[in-house]
Amino acid sequence: MNQSTHDIELWLSTMADQLGKIISKEPLMIGILTGGVWIAERLHKKLQLKDPLGQLNIAFYRDDFSHIGLHPRVTPSSLPFSVENREIILVDDVLHTGRTIRAALNEIFDYGRPARIILAALIERSGRELPFSADVIGKRMSLKANEHVKLSGPEPLALEIKTAE
Amino acid sequence: MTDSNIQLDKHGRLKHFLTIEGLDRSLLQDILNYAESFSGVGERAVKKVPLLRGKTIANLFFEPSTRTRTTFELAAKRLSADVLSLNIAYSATKKGESLLDTLRTLEAMHCDMFVVRHADSGAAHFIASHVAPGISVINGGDGRHAHPTQAMLDMFTIRRHKGDFAPLRVAIVGDILHSRVARSEIHALSILGVNEIRVIGPRTLVPKDIQTLGVHVYHDLDAGLHDADVIIVLRLQHERMCSALLPGEAEYFNLYGLTEKRLCLAKPDAIVMHPGPINRGVEIDSQVADGKRSVILQQVSHGIAVRMAVMAMTMGNLSNLDPETIDAHSH
Repeated sequence: MNQSTHDIELWLSTMADQLGKIISKEPLMIGILTGGVWIAERLHKKLQLKDPLGQLNIAFYRDDFSHIGLHPRVTPSSLPFSVENREIILVDDVLHTGRTIRAALNEIFDYGRPARIILAALIERSGRELPFSADVIGKRMSLKANEHVKLSGPEPLALEIKTAE
Repeated sequence: MTDSNIQLDKHGRLKHFLTIEGLDRSLLQDILNYAESFSGVGERAVKKVPLLRGKTIANLFFEPSTRTRTTFELAAKRLSADVLSLNIAYSATKKGESLLDTLRTLEAMHCDMFVVRHADSGAAHFIASHVAPGISVINGGDGRHAHPTQAMLDMFTIRRHKGDFAPLRVAIVGDILHSRVARSEIHALSILGVNEIRVIGPRTLVPKDIQTLGVHVYHDLDAGLHDADVIIVLRLQHERMCSALLPGEAEYFNLYGLTEKRLCLAKPDAIVMHPGPINRGVEIDSQVADGKRSVILQQVSHGIAVRMAVMAMTMGNLSNLDPETIDAHSH
């Protein structure tokens, strides 16, 4: 087990503890594809949630479609439950600009009107472009604009920080 | 016609969608995969995604159509585009306006996409080669040439029921000669690699050189249906009756009409498809059209998802960015 895999396990436990304190009795959980779903699968198990895990593909809600077009390989969104009036834990691997979260919130509301949404992110890094903050965070990182966090998984989960030229 | 050259950008992505001919298997699979993603949209509380918000799509129907036009319209609306549908057959062209003048007029209204249905083979290609850059053209059926979105929705329906294309025997029955649907389907099926494509019809309605497309020709329906996994029945157009190509509707039904009895010759789990509209009692018996092997109504719903996929792909691919340089997931 390399160092970062070990760290991720600790961060996941921290997240589960924090979530345990703020969630209501029967929350739903939705992971954002792809990395967010890996994190959500782990948290879903730790919290022993009853409802199945939902997965969200925000490709049809991105704000950069007119610049870059459709993303290759679109795994469909799948929310095997009604979100109407439910508490939802929305999970992503990295919270960076906040644009993914905006897209995810828009998509969730096209399925119905949830009672509450809690945002959980494994990594909360610098570089926000929209006014979002996570309720539950595994690890805070201060990174330069040209540094990117890349999560690989699902087994084992590992982190890599890449620097773009 | 070298449609495939003008319908792809320099990175090999769809810019227009004019014909199946010349496209590769992975591109057809992309269309089917995107359609699979879009098919869920129709089942949600809000049946819309914001992808084409602010775009204007003009349906140019120089030839009458109900289901193709309405499903294109619905597909555009589910992508949040603004749509105008023009039955040009009854408007400007009747007053003598040329195709290019109609085109320039619509360009001046800042349309971003044209969906074209025309009785002349090559019409969509002609329009695609004359539109301003930045406008996508989708062929909604041109003469006897091609009807690529119909073929792709049929492929989508086949994949939903059969999964893998490789082992399949597909029989296309009826007026092959005049059918743009048959032509596009034959291209799609062979690119996707089915085991066997059969065309079944009277000698007068099967093109003489059709074998060059890699199909097996049958003039006897019973023989052609034997062990088929998929049966695609084509619409017999009434106007062909007048042109001495066929003796009459009753005679046609006797020889080439799909009945329950004949369906027993195909595989027990064979599906029956028809692009619509159906002539009951001419090319297909009502019992079969409404029977449990018929997937004709599913084809209509699949048409929306497939048209959403093609519209989103062509519009998204106009950006000129190299796909290799795109960061797949910025957070």
